[in-house]
Amino acid sequence: MVAIANTVESGSHDDGALVAAFRQGDEEAFVALVRRYNGLLVRVACRYTDSFAVAEEVAQETWIAVLKGIDGFQGRAALRSWLMTVLVNCARRRAASERRAVPLAALADGDGDAGRDPTDFFPADHSRWAGMWTTCVSNWADIPHERFLAAETQQRVRSAIDELPPAHRAVITLRDICGLSSSEVCELLELTEGNARVLLHRARGRVRRTLAQYVEALC
Amino acid sequence: MLTCQQIVDLVTAYLEGDLPAHERLGFEKHVAICPPCRAHLAQMRRVIATTGTLTVEDVSGEAELALRHAFRDWNARRGDG
Repeated sequence: MVAIANTVESGSHDDGALVAAFRQGDEEAFVALVRRYNGLLVRVACRYTDSFAVAEEVAQETWIAVLKGIDGFQGRAALRSWLMTVLVNCARRRAASERRAVPLAALADGDGDAGRDPTDFFPADHSRWAGMWTTCVSNWADIPHERFLAAETQQRVRSAIDELPPAHRAVITLRDICGLSSSEVCELLELTEGNARVLLHRARGRVRRTLAQYVEALC
Repeated sequence: MLTCQQIVDLVTAYLEGDLPAHERLGFEKHVAICPPCRAHLAQMRRVIATTGTLTVEDVSGEAELALRHAFRDWNARRGDG
Protein backbone atom coordinates (compact mmCIF):
# COMPACT_ATOMS: atom_id res chain seq x y z
CA MET A 1 0.00 0.00 0.00
CA VAL A 2 1.59 3.27 -1.08
CA ALA A 3 1.09 6.34 1.09
CA ILE A 4 0.30 9.71 -0.41
CA ALA A 5 3.61 11.44 -1.23
CA ASN A 6 4.70 13.90 1.44
CA THR A 7 6.13 16.21 -1.20
CA VAL A 8 2.62 17.58 -1.77
CA GLU A 9 2.72 19.34 1.62
CA SER A 10 6.25 20.72 1.38
CA GLY A 11 5.52 22.31 -2.00
CA SER A 12 2.40 24.17 -0.96
CA HIS A 13 4.20 27.41 -0.17
CA ASP A 14 5.10 27.92 -3.79
CA ASP A 15 1.74 26.81 -5.23
CA GLY A 16 0.83 30.50 -5.31
CA ALA A 17 3.91 31.31 -7.37
CA LEU A 18 3.13 28.52 -9.82
CA VAL A 19 -0.49 29.65 -10.19
CA ALA A 20 0.62 33.25 -10.78
CA ALA A 21 3.14 32.07 -13.37
CA PHE A 22 0.74 29.90 -15.32
CA ARG A 23 -1.86 32.67 -15.34
CA GLN A 24 0.81 34.67 -17.18
CA GLY A 25 1.08 31.87 -19.75
CA ASP A 26 3.94 29.83 -18.23
CA GLU A 27 3.23 26.29 -19.44
CA GLU A 28 5.97 24.70 -17.30
CA ALA A 29 4.43 26.20 -14.17
CA PHE A 30 1.10 24.56 -15.05
CA VAL A 31 2.81 21.23 -15.74
CA ALA A 32 4.67 21.46 -12.42
CA LEU A 33 1.32 21.80 -10.63
CA VAL A 34 -0.10 18.86 -12.58
CA ARG A 35 2.87 16.68 -11.63
CA ARG A 36 2.60 17.75 -8.01
CA TYR A 37 -1.11 17.06 -7.53
CA ASN A 38 -2.27 14.58 -10.14
CA GLY A 39 -1.56 11.50 -8.01
CA LEU A 40 -3.64 12.92 -5.18
CA LEU A 41 -6.49 13.80 -7.54
CA VAL A 42 -6.58 10.27 -8.97
CA ARG A 43 -6.61 8.72 -5.48
CA VAL A 44 -9.45 10.92 -4.32
CA ALA A 45 -11.34 10.36 -7.60
CA CYS A 46 -11.21 6.62 -6.81
CA ARG A 47 -13.72 7.29 -4.07
CA TYR A 48 -16.27 8.45 -6.64
CA THR A 49 -15.65 5.98 -9.42
CA ASP A 50 -15.53 2.23 -9.68
CA SER A 51 -12.51 1.96 -11.94
CA PHE A 52 -8.99 3.30 -11.85
CA ALA A 53 -9.17 4.24 -15.55
CA VAL A 54 -12.22 6.43 -14.94
CA ALA A 55 -10.53 8.00 -11.91
CA GLU A 56 -7.63 9.01 -14.18
CA GLU A 57 -10.09 10.55 -16.65
CA VAL A 58 -11.82 12.48 -13.88
CA ALA A 59 -8.42 13.87 -12.83
CA GLN A 60 -7.83 15.03 -16.43
CA GLU A 61 -11.27 16.68 -16.51
CA THR A 62 -10.40 18.40 -13.25
CA TRP A 63 -7.29 20.04 -14.73
CA ILE A 64 -9.33 21.28 -17.71
CA ALA A 65 -11.85 22.72 -15.26
CA VAL A 66 -8.96 24.34 -13.33
CA LEU A 67 -7.84 26.14 -16.49
CA LYS A 68 -11.39 27.35 -17.16
CA GLY A 69 -12.00 28.41 -13.59
CA ILE A 70 -8.59 29.75 -12.49
CA ASP A 71 -9.73 33.35 -12.67
CA GLY A 72 -12.28 32.51 -10.00
CA PHE A 73 -9.58 31.25 -7.64
CA GLN A 74 -8.77 34.17 -5.36
CA GLY A 75 -5.98 32.45 -3.48
CA ARG A 76 -7.74 32.91 -0.13
CA ALA A 77 -8.16 29.16 0.28
CA ALA A 78 -5.21 26.81 -0.19
CA LEU A 79 -4.88 25.63 -3.78
CA ARG A 80 -5.14 22.04 -2.65
CA SER A 81 -8.59 22.60 -1.07
CA TRP A 82 -9.79 24.37 -4.16
CA LEU A 83 -8.51 21.51 -6.36
CA MET A 84 -10.47 19.06 -4.20
CA THR A 85 -13.67 21.08 -4.69
CA VAL A 86 -13.19 21.17 -8.45
CA LEU A 87 -12.42 17.43 -8.45
CA VAL A 88 -15.53 16.48 -6.51
CA ASN A 89 -17.68 18.54 -8.88
CA CYS A 90 -16.14 16.85 -11.90
CA ALA A 91 -16.58 13.41 -10.35
CA ARG A 92 -20.24 14.07 -9.58
CA ARG A 93 -20.87 15.48 -13.05
CA ARG A 94 -19.25 12.39 -14.51
CA ALA A 95 -21.32 10.00 -12.40
CA ALA A 96 -24.51 11.89 -13.29
CA SER A 97 -23.71 11.85 -17.00
CA GLU A 98 -23.14 8.12 -16.85
CA ARG A 99 -26.60 8.00 -15.34
CA ARG A 100 -25.56 5.52 -12.70
CA ALA A 101 -29.06 5.17 -11.33
CA VAL A 102 -28.24 1.93 -9.60
CA PRO A 103 -25.84 2.24 -6.67
CA LEU A 104 -22.76 0.11 -6.94
CA ALA A 105 -23.84 -2.13 -4.08
CA ALA A 106 -26.82 -3.31 -6.08
CA LEU A 107 -24.46 -4.55 -8.75
CA ALA A 108 -23.05 -7.15 -6.36
CA ASP A 109 -23.74 -10.27 -8.35
CA GLY A 110 -24.26 -13.60 -6.71
CA ASP A 111 -21.77 -15.13 -9.09
CA GLY A 112 -20.92 -18.69 -8.23
CA ASP A 113 -17.18 -18.26 -8.58
CA ALA A 114 -15.79 -18.92 -5.12
CA GLY A 115 -12.43 -17.53 -6.19
CA ARG A 116 -10.78 -20.93 -6.58
CA ASP A 117 -10.67 -23.67 -9.17
CA PRO A 118 -12.61 -26.67 -7.77
CA THR A 119 -10.34 -29.16 -9.55
CA ASP A 120 -7.41 -27.91 -7.45
CA PHE A 121 -8.74 -29.95 -4.52
CA PHE A 122 -9.78 -33.53 -3.85
CA PRO A 123 -13.52 -33.73 -3.08
CA ALA A 124 -14.74 -33.71 0.52
CA ASP A 125 -15.74 -37.37 0.31
CA HIS A 126 -12.36 -38.60 -0.88
CA SER A 127 -11.22 -41.52 1.25
CA ARG A 128 -7.64 -40.33 1.77
CA TRP A 129 -7.04 -36.76 0.67
CA ALA A 130 -10.33 -34.95 1.16
CA GLY A 131 -9.86 -31.21 0.66
CA MET A 132 -6.17 -31.42 -0.15
CA TRP A 133 -4.38 -29.92 -3.17
CA THR A 134 -4.40 -32.01 -6.34
CA THR A 135 -1.69 -29.91 -7.98
CA CYS A 136 1.63 -28.33 -7.11
CA VAL A 137 1.48 -24.71 -6.02
CA SER A 138 4.32 -22.68 -7.48
CA ASN A 139 6.75 -21.04 -5.13
CA TRP A 140 6.86 -17.47 -6.43
CA ALA A 141 9.97 -16.77 -4.37
CA ASP A 142 11.79 -18.64 -7.16
CA ILE A 143 10.61 -16.09 -9.71
CA PRO A 144 12.77 -12.95 -10.05
CA HIS A 145 11.24 -10.02 -8.18
CA GLU A 146 11.60 -7.73 -11.20
CA ARG A 147 9.12 -9.82 -13.17
CA PHE A 148 6.33 -8.65 -10.87
CA LEU A 149 7.36 -5.03 -11.22
CA ALA A 150 7.65 -5.05 -15.03
CA ALA A 151 5.31 -2.76 -16.97
CA GLU A 152 3.78 -5.66 -18.89
CA THR A 153 2.96 -7.54 -15.68
CA GLN A 154 1.28 -4.45 -14.29
CA GLN A 155 -0.69 -4.11 -17.50
CA ARG A 156 -1.91 -7.73 -17.19
CA VAL A 157 -3.02 -7.09 -13.63
CA ARG A 158 -4.76 -3.88 -14.68
CA SER A 159 -6.62 -5.74 -17.47
CA ALA A 160 -7.61 -8.53 -15.11
CA ILE A 161 -9.11 -5.96 -12.76
CA ASP A 162 -10.88 -4.12 -15.58
CA GLU A 163 -12.52 -7.40 -16.63
CA LEU A 164 -13.95 -8.11 -13.19
CA PRO A 165 -17.69 -7.69 -12.57
CA PRO A 166 -18.42 -4.10 -11.38
CA ALA A 167 -18.76 -4.78 -7.67
CA HIS A 168 -15.60 -6.93 -7.51
CA ARG A 169 -13.71 -4.32 -9.52
CA ALA A 170 -14.88 -1.52 -7.26
CA VAL A 171 -13.79 -3.26 -4.07
CA ILE A 172 -10.32 -4.34 -5.23
CA THR A 173 -9.68 -0.95 -6.85
CA LEU A 174 -10.61 1.01 -3.76
CA ARG A 175 -8.82 -1.35 -1.33
CA ASP A 176 -5.69 -2.52 -3.08
CA ILE A 177 -5.02 0.27 -5.62
CA CYS A 178 -6.37 3.33 -3.85
CA GLY A 179 -5.54 2.16 -0.33
CA LEU A 180 -8.89 2.94 1.28
CA SER A 181 -9.66 1.10 4.50
CA SER A 182 -12.20 -1.70 4.75
CA SER A 183 -14.68 0.52 6.62
CA GLU A 184 -14.28 3.38 4.10
CA VAL A 185 -15.05 0.97 1.26
CA CYS A 186 -18.08 -0.46 3.06
CA GLU A 187 -19.44 3.03 3.65
CA LEU A 188 -18.76 4.21 0.12
CA LEU A 189 -20.21 1.14 -1.61
CA GLU A 190 -22.92 0.48 1.01
CA LEU A 191 -21.74 -3.05 1.68
CA THR A 192 -21.51 -5.08 4.86
CA GLU A 193 -18.00 -6.08 5.94
CA GLY A 194 -18.83 -9.69 5.09
CA ASN A 195 -20.00 -8.85 1.56
CA ALA A 196 -17.00 -6.63 0.92
CA ARG A 197 -14.62 -9.34 2.07
CA VAL A 198 -16.24 -11.96 -0.18
CA LEU A 199 -15.99 -9.60 -3.18
CA LEU A 200 -12.36 -8.81 -2.33
CA HIS A 201 -11.55 -12.51 -1.91
CA ARG A 202 -13.00 -13.42 -5.30
CA ALA A 203 -11.41 -10.42 -7.03
CA ARG A 204 -7.96 -11.17 -5.63
CA GLY A 205 -8.45 -14.85 -6.56
CA ARG A 206 -9.04 -13.93 -10.18
CA VAL A 207 -6.08 -11.57 -10.25
CA ARG A 208 -3.93 -14.32 -8.74
CA ARG A 209 -4.94 -16.70 -11.51
CA THR A 210 -4.12 -14.13 -14.21
CA LEU A 211 -0.81 -13.29 -12.58
CA ALA A 212 0.06 -16.98 -12.13
CA GLN A 213 -0.63 -17.75 -15.79
CA TYR A 214 1.62 -14.89 -16.83
CA VAL A 215 4.61 -15.10 -14.49
CA GLU A 216 4.77 -18.90 -14.42
CA ALA A 217 4.60 -19.18 -18.22
CA LEU A 218 7.76 -17.12 -18.50
CA CYS A 219 9.77 -19.58 -16.40
CA MET B 1 -7.66 -29.70 11.29
CA LEU B 2 -8.49 -27.39 8.42
CA THR B 3 -8.27 -28.75 4.88
CA CYS B 4 -6.24 -27.04 2.14
CA GLN B 5 -9.49 -26.06 0.43
CA GLN B 6 -10.61 -24.32 3.62
CA ILE B 7 -7.27 -22.53 3.89
CA VAL B 8 -7.74 -21.09 0.39
CA ASP B 9 -11.28 -20.00 1.26
CA LEU B 10 -10.10 -18.33 4.47
CA VAL B 11 -6.99 -16.63 3.13
CA THR B 12 -8.55 -13.19 2.64
CA ALA B 13 -10.20 -13.24 6.06
CA TYR B 14 -6.83 -14.24 7.55
CA LEU B 15 -4.92 -11.46 5.78
CA GLU B 16 -7.61 -8.94 6.82
CA GLY B 17 -7.20 -10.00 10.45
CA ASP B 18 -10.85 -11.04 10.60
CA LEU B 19 -10.41 -14.61 11.84
CA PRO B 20 -11.25 -15.23 15.50
CA ALA B 21 -8.22 -16.29 17.55
CA HIS B 22 -8.82 -20.04 17.50
CA GLU B 23 -9.43 -20.06 13.72
CA ARG B 24 -6.35 -17.95 13.14
CA LEU B 25 -4.28 -20.45 15.16
CA GLY B 26 -5.74 -23.34 13.15
CA PHE B 27 -4.91 -21.50 9.93
CA GLU B 28 -1.32 -20.82 10.98
CA LYS B 29 -0.79 -24.37 12.23
CA HIS B 30 -1.90 -25.77 8.89
CA VAL B 31 0.22 -23.36 6.85
CA ALA B 32 3.26 -24.18 9.00
CA ILE B 33 3.20 -27.82 7.95
CA CYS B 34 1.71 -27.57 4.43
CA PRO B 35 4.08 -26.33 1.70
CA PRO B 36 1.45 -25.80 -1.04
CA CYS B 37 -0.75 -23.74 1.28
CA ARG B 38 2.30 -21.78 2.42
CA ALA B 39 3.08 -21.09 -1.24
CA HIS B 40 -0.52 -20.06 -1.88
CA LEU B 41 -0.47 -17.61 1.03
CA ALA B 42 2.79 -16.14 -0.30
CA GLN B 43 1.21 -15.84 -3.74
CA MET B 44 -1.77 -13.93 -2.32
CA ARG B 45 0.59 -11.54 -0.51
CA ARG B 46 2.45 -11.00 -3.78
CA VAL B 47 -0.83 -10.34 -5.61
CA ILE B 48 -1.72 -7.63 -3.09
CA ALA B 49 1.75 -6.10 -3.32
CA THR B 50 1.68 -6.13 -7.12
CA THR B 51 -1.79 -4.56 -7.29
CA GLY B 52 -0.53 -1.95 -4.86
CA THR B 53 2.13 -0.89 -7.36
CA LEU B 54 -0.60 0.20 -9.76
CA THR B 55 -1.01 3.33 -7.64
CA VAL B 56 -0.22 6.36 -9.72
CA GLU B 57 2.33 8.69 -8.16
CA ASP B 58 2.32 11.25 -10.92
CA VAL B 59 0.88 11.77 -14.39
CA SER B 60 1.43 9.56 -17.47
CA GLY B 61 3.31 10.99 -20.46
CA GLU B 62 0.18 10.78 -22.59
CA ALA B 63 -1.96 12.60 -20.04
CA GLU B 64 0.66 15.28 -19.54
CA LEU B 65 0.88 15.89 -23.29
CA ALA B 66 -2.90 16.21 -23.55
CA LEU B 67 -2.86 18.75 -20.72
CA ARG B 68 -0.05 20.72 -22.40
CA HIS B 69 -2.22 20.99 -25.52
CA ALA B 70 -5.19 22.05 -23.40
CA PHE B 71 -3.02 24.70 -21.73
CA ARG B 72 -1.83 26.07 -25.05
CA ASP B 73 -5.40 26.30 -26.37
CA TRP B 74 -6.53 28.02 -23.18
CA ASN B 75 -3.56 30.39 -23.19
CA ALA B 76 -4.07 31.28 -26.83
CA ARG B 77 -7.74 32.09 -26.19
CA ARG B 78 -6.78 34.30 -23.25
CA GLY B 79 -4.42 36.24 -25.49
CA ASP B 80 -7.34 36.99 -27.80
CA GLY B 81 -9.45 38.36 -24.93
